[in-house]
Amino acid sequence: MTHAKPPPSLGALFLCFLRIGAVSFGSGMMPWIRQAVVQRLEWVDDRVLLSGVALSQIAPGPNGVNLAVYIGTVLRGAAGACVALGGMLALPVVFLLAAGWAYSHLGLLPSGSLFGAALSGMGAAAIGLMLANGVRLTPRNVQGARGWGVMLAVAIAIGAFRLPLLPVLAAAVPLSLLLTFLEPRGARA
Amino acid sequence: MTGTLIELAGLFALLSLLSVGGGNGVIPDMQRAAVSVHHWMTDATFLDLFAISRASPGPGSLIVVLIGQRAAGLAGAAVALLAMYVPSCLLVHIAARIWTRAAEANWRVTAERALAPVAVGLTYASGIALARSTEGDLASYAITAATTLVLSAFDVNPLLLLGAGAAVAVSARQFQ
Repeated sequence: MTHAKPPPSLGALFLCFLRIGAVSFGSGMMPWIRQAVVQRLEWVDDRVLLSGVALSQIAPGPNGVNLAVYIGTVLRGAAGACVALGGMLALPVVFLLAAGWAYSHLGLLPSGSLFGAALSGMGAAAIGLMLANGVRLTPRNVQGARGWGVMLAVAIAIGAFRLPLLPVLAAAVPLSLLLTFLEPRGARA
Repeated sequence: MTGTLIELAGLFALLSLLSVGGGNGVIPDMQRAAVSVHHWMTDATFLDLFAISRASPGPGSLIVVLIGQRAAGLAGAAVALLAMYVPSCLLVHIAARIWTRAAEANWRVTAERALAPVAVGLTYASGIALARSTEGDLASYAITAATTLVLSAFDVNPLLLLGAGAAVAVSARQFQ
């Protein structure tokens, strides 16, 4: 059940994350990763991905990068982790080095009004992408009073009340584990 | 030069492990270290580099590449990049290995069922938090709402909507 298909080659893994790295403007890489590895390529299912999403948030480091390392590890072990990480960061790093050079030597800044407007529009759309991802994931992964209660508590605590991530997860993860453990066997389909 | 590289490595390896919840929390520490402690740049330069990193693809913490480049050229950028990502990625890799080994173990099945609603909740929380952190003009909220609705209902390539968002924002700016 871990792999919906035989694991991909390292080259395919690299190219997949190279594409994700190139389009990940405006923060929030998780929707792009899901679109590629779950929906388009079917390398893993949502269950495997969502465990990675939770792990990526608990561990230090940017969530998108952590999720790439997780997916790479699940599919192809240590080599997969390196390839996914390298693919994801390659193009952004090249872009940044060029932008940093242009700034230091030519005094260029990417804050022209139209370029800035285009970026903020893309950022706003990327937020919609993140929210739509939540909508798509909800029906199959959030079930019953436990699922809805935990999901809403996490979303409201961090999204609406702006509580820090770590204490919220320190409370929500053990609570959800306990409630799942206490569910009657028959409900654990 | 070598001294600067060692300083870069030590600074970012430590911040890598402290960057819980993404990279944003450690940006002030980077600024303090780069400007006041090591004098690699001025505050104004740091803010410019921050703006460049926001306007680029990839995670915001890739600003370490710009700091390293400014402090010690290409070698500095490489050292900063490795120091920032290797420690945290190693942690994730080890956790993912344990997870994979437990493929069909009962505890993993239970853990997956327990973590799924937490992760979906985090997805909504990220979207809400990001929306609240923008300047909050009407056009941005409209783009976010329209993208959410379209992508919830239809299987459209998200890149199209990213392009549409850019086009709407640019025309909104033109008509102001």
